[in-house]
Amino acid sequence: MNSDVDTYELLKNNVVEIRFHGRGGQGAVTAATLLVAAALIEGKWGQAIPSFGAERRGAHVQAYARVAPRPLPLHSQVTRPHIVVVLDPGLLSAERDRVLLGLRENGVIVANLPSPMNINGAVLYWVDATQISRKLGLLVAGWPVVNTAMLGALAGASKIVSLNAVVEAIRQYWSARKKVAELNAEAARQAYNMIKKAVSKEVRLAAHA
Amino acid sequence: MASMAKPGHVGGEAEKTAVIPLRGNEAVAYAAKLARVQVVAAYPITPQTIIVEKIDELISKGEMDAEMIYVESEHSALSAAYGAAIGGVRAFTATSSHGLAYMYEVLWWTAASRMPLVMALVTRAIGPPWNIHVEHADLMSTRDTGWLIAMAENNQEALDLTLLMFRITEDPRVYLPGIVGLDGFILSHTVEPVEVPSQELVDELLPARRQPYVIEPGKPIAMGNIMPDEIFEQHRMDMHVSQRASIEAIREAGKAYLELTGRDYTSLVECYKCSDADYLVVGVGSWMGDAKIAADMLREKNVKTGVLRLRWIRPFPWDELRKAAEGASVVVVMDRSISFGHAGPLYLEVASSLTQDIPVVGVVAGVGGVDISYEDIARITKHAIKTVEDTGTKRIPVLWYHKGSFYPMPPGPLRQREPPITANPLL
Repeated sequence: MNSDVDTYELLKNNVVEIRFHGRGGQGAVTAATLLVAAALIEGKWGQAIPSFGAERRGAHVQAYARVAPRPLPLHSQVTRPHIVVVLDPGLLSAERDRVLLGLRENGVIVANLPSPMNINGAVLYWVDATQISRKLGLLVAGWPVVNTAMLGALAGASKIVSLNAVVEAIRQYWSARKKVAELNAEAARQAYNMIKKAVSKEVRLAAHA
Repeated sequence: MASMAKPGHVGGEAEKTAVIPLRGNEAVAYAAKLARVQVVAAYPITPQTIIVEKIDELISKGEMDAEMIYVESEHSALSAAYGAAIGGVRAFTATSSHGLAYMYEVLWWTAASRMPLVMALVTRAIGPPWNIHVEHADLMSTRDTGWLIAMAENNQEALDLTLLMFRITEDPRVYLPGIVGLDGFILSHTVEPVEVPSQELVDELLPARRQPYVIEPGKPIAMGNIMPDEIFEQHRMDMHVSQRASIEAIREAGKAYLELTGRDYTSLVECYKCSDADYLVVGVGSWMGDAKIAADMLREKNVKTGVLRLRWIRPFPWDELRKAAEGASVVVVMDRSISFGHAGPLYLEVASSLTQDIPVVGVVAGVGGVDISYEDIARITKHAIKTVEDTGTKRIPVLWYHKGSFYPMPPGPLRQREPPITANPLL
C-alpha cells in the first residue's frame, strides 16, 4: 500500500458499499461476486463478502459488496450500506427492519417488486425481476432465478457499473454454458431497462398542500 | 499493493499475468497448482474446505497434475503429505482450527525431520462453544513447532506468500516446513481481484525441489531414533539457527518475486506510515488493512499513527520491529487470541523485543469472528494512548476490547490506579 495514499479519504468519498438481501438459493452471493467481476472489467476494484453464518435454502441471507476506483485495504463488514439490493419481493415487508438496518440517509433500495411501495428516508428503485425471469424461463428447481436481473437493475439504478460490464461478467462466469450465460445476460439487460424510481408519498402530499 | 492491472491477460509484461476475482481459498489453490505441487493430502474443515474442493476440481479438469490423497483425519492428512515430501515431491496440505489441533503431533515430526512442506492455515476459533469464525488461537499454537509462519493481509498475499513459501522452505539454509495463514471467511470466502502469475513466471521463481534427503525403496535410512540428549539438544539448536537463517532466504525470495511481479515481499513486515509515527499499531492478518484506514483517520486529527504489520511471525522480525518502534511514544499490539492467564501472544512477543522505555499496550479484540472496523481500531488506539498517558504505565498486557468497551485485565498496578471503565460482564 502506497504511503502517500489517504485511505480514509478514499473510503469516505469514493467507495460504494452494497448489501444484498435474498433467500438462501436465490443467488445473492453470486450477484455480489458478479458485481466484483463487472467492476474489474471496468478497471475498478471490488470486493464481495458472503454473510458469515449458517446459510440455508429459503432463509433470509445477506451478502455484501464494495466498489471503488482503487483498491482499499478494508476487510471489516459492511454496516452502513449506500445501497441495498432486495432479491426477494417479500423481504421488504416481512423483514423491513433488517433490510433497512444501517442504510445511509437518502440511501438507495433496489428491489424486486411487482409494484412500488412507500419507504421513508430512502430512494426506492423497483423492477419485477421475478416476472422477467419467469418469461425467460430462467428457473432452477421451479424457482425464478433473479440475481442476474437484479444485478442489471442495480447497474441501471446506480450506474456503479455499466450494463456492458455486467453482461461481460455474466458471460465470463458461465463461459462453459453459453445458453445459460445468454439467458442471464438478457435478464440483466431487461431489468436494466425496466428499473423505475418509485415516486414517494411525500411528493404527493406536498402537491395537495 | 501493486496498482491494479487490467483484467484478463494484460499487455506489456504481456501474457504474464491475469487479474481475476478470487476467494482467498481459491487464490491458495491456484498457488498450489502453479507451484507444481505433486501430492495434496487434506481433510475438509470449514472454512478451509474450498481449497481442497478447488484443487480437486483443478486435478479432475486436468489443469493440475497432482495426486489427491483422501484421508480420514487431519493427523493422517499431514502424515501423508509429510510422507510424500520425504519421498521427494512437492507436497501441500491445508486445514483450520480443530483440524490443526488434530495434526499437532505431526507438525513436530515434519519440522524436526527438516522436511520442506507447505500448509495453508485458514484461521478459525477452536471450540467449544462451536464457532467457525476468525480467531488466531490456531495459528499462534504453532509458533513453537519450528515451522515458518507467514500471515496474509489480503487474497493477493495469500497467493503470493504460498508461492514464496515453497521457495523459502526448500532453501538449503532453511529446510523447514512453512505455514501460510489467511483469515477464515474474511479472506477465505471473500472475493477480491487477484493477479495470478503465469506458469512461466512461477517456474522462474521456483527452482526444482530441493530437500535434505529422500527416502527411496531399496535405500533404507534410520529415522526418529533415540538420540543421546546432547545430540537432541544440538538438533534443536540447529533448527533455531535455520529459523534465523531463513530471514535472508525470505528477503532473497522477496527480491526475486519483486523483479518478476512488481510486488514487494523483500521485508518481513509491512510498514504503513511508520517513519514519522508517534504511535504504532502492530498486528497480523486482514484487520491490519482496516488499521491502515484507522491510521489515516487518526492522522486527520493530528494523531500521527502508523501500522506495522508482521507478515512473518516465524522467524520473528526483531530488527524490523525495533527499527519501526524507534521514536514511537506508544506501541499498540492487537491480538486476535489470548494466552489465558497472561496476555495476547503477539503482545508477549512484541513487548519482549522492545526496550523497557517504549510503552507497549496489548489489546485483545475480534475473538471468535467479532467484527472489528477501522473505527474500532481508531478508538482502540486513542484509548491505549490515553491509558499510557494517564497512568504512566510502560507495559499494559491486556485491555480487552469487547462491544465498544475496554476491560483492563492486568495483573496488579493498573487496576489499582485506574479502575475498569465498565464492569466486567463476566463477573
